[in-house]
Amino acid sequence: MQYLVSVIDDTAGLATPDEMAAIDVFNDRLKAEGHWVFAGGLGAPSSATVIDNRGEEAIFTDGPFVESKEYLAGFWIMEAADLDVALTLAAEGSKACNRKLEVRPFL
Amino acid sequence: MSVIDVREAVTQAHHEEWARVVASLTRRFGDLDIAEEAAAEAFATAVQRWPADGVPPNPGAWLTITANRKAIDRIRRENKRDDKQNEAQLLYDDDPPEPAGAIDDERLRLIFTCCHPALAMETRVALTLRMVAGLTVPEIARAFLVQETAMGQRITRAKAKIKAARIPYRVPSAEDLPARVSGVLAVLFLVFNEGYLATGPDTDPVRHDLIAEAIRLTRLIRALMPEDGEVAGLLALMLLTEARRTARVSAGGELVTLVEQDRGTWDSALIAEGHRLVRERLAARVAPGRYQILAAISAVHTSARDVRDTDWSQIVALYDQLVRIDPSPIIALNRAIAVAEIDGPEVALAAVDHLEDKLAGYHAYHATRADLLRRLGRSHKSRAAYDKAIELAGNTAEIAALTRRRDQLG
Repeated sequence: MQYLVSVIDDTAGLATPDEMAAIDVFNDRLKAEGHWVFAGGLGAPSSATVIDNRGEEAIFTDGPFVESKEYLAGFWIMEAADLDVALTLAAEGSKACNRKLEVRPFL
Repeated sequence: MSVIDVREAVTQAHHEEWARVVASLTRRFGDLDIAEEAAAEAFATAVQRWPADGVPPNPGAWLTITANRKAIDRIRRENKRDDKQNEAQLLYDDDPPEPAGAIDDERLRLIFTCCHPALAMETRVALTLRMVAGLTVPEIARAFLVQETAMGQRITRAKAKIKAARIPYRVPSAEDLPARVSGVLAVLFLVFNEGYLATGPDTDPVRHDLIAEAIRLTRLIRALMPEDGEVAGLLALMLLTEARRTARVSAGGELVTLVEQDRGTWDSALIAEGHRLVRERLAARVAPGRYQILAAISAVHTSARDVRDTDWSQIVALYDQLVRIDPSPIIALNRAIAVAEIDGPEVALAAVDHLEDKLAGYHAYHATRADLLRRLGRSHKSRAAYDKAIELAGNTAEIAALTRRRDQLG
């Protein structure tokens, strides 16, 4: 079972060196225990471009698809047996990156 | 066997077997929705067949077998539509076998799944009443003054989330158990409290159905986890509260305070059972949790055959203990009420006034102030406090009592 663990941020700042170090330790653990699938940090929402090619031609729009105070700052994809395992891991991940996380199952 | 006897047999089987049937089907088929539907169909079949065929010698086994058949029928029907997906569902059961002696009753798995912390509190309550207590969706909707369709959707969404996010169907690990048990107890206490002090202008002031379900479920958990102190504490608290039921509402439909209740009408059997549980926890010599302390407070009250014999200093000491583990303003408010009996209303009022920031929107804060001000002869201020309490209160019997007291002010 795979879960998308999204990092929810509401500050402009990137992760501090301390947070980065804690995230590295956490990632190493995910790999060692077989939970790691993928992870990545994302650029600011203002760096996003929305593409809509459902019509005659592709339309590009500057900026994120939804404006909100909170935004997606990064994510993990984790392998976990069930939600309890995923939530326990996410609780540690939240401590490590010092942000709120959302856990959502893949179909 | 008469029709009435058969009906009673079905009702009794429903009480005793519903959770077991749902739990064992969920374990076998890995799907709450299938389990719920098949269990409901099995009971409907019992209602049809038992009057003619007679009540089977082992109703539980009959219901489980019937429900299993119903579930397999449904899966076969769906398999024709979508083979692979449902095949996978049938096979999903990856729990390791429980070690001998562990808490392995399947109903516990069901309870922990329904009370999972990833579900909203109101969802946990609804799901527990449906899956474990076997209340119907319309019954639960009525209990919480929600539209039937809305309640149905809430339960459907919860089942879908449990499946999609794979909320596990198992008893939590020893390490997580205390936190998860306290989550389950919170659900049961909420059901009990809604029964005990029902809100809403059109409901009965006391909802016996909800109280009975809460006690029944807590008894079940107590039977499944006899070593857990907080489970015993919550059961004792409910029994000692329920023991005072008939004394709590007057013939005129007013809520009667503990001090004014006719103690002769208290249920001595429930009190004896509650006291036994409290004594058992005292003998265990383990630091008590919230429910055990609340039960102990209730035990002190119910030990006094006359209100004048109440050991108030013991009650204040217990509240002091409670404040240390639960520094909530509501506990502080209740402590102040006990303090009034020892140090007088003036001292208590000072303590209550401290809580204004946190409790200004809570009717009991104003009702307590009104009562203390009345005892101090400050009628004008007392009246204003009663007005505020009446405005905020939701329970019809409580509003009636507060209104009478306000109108009696000189």
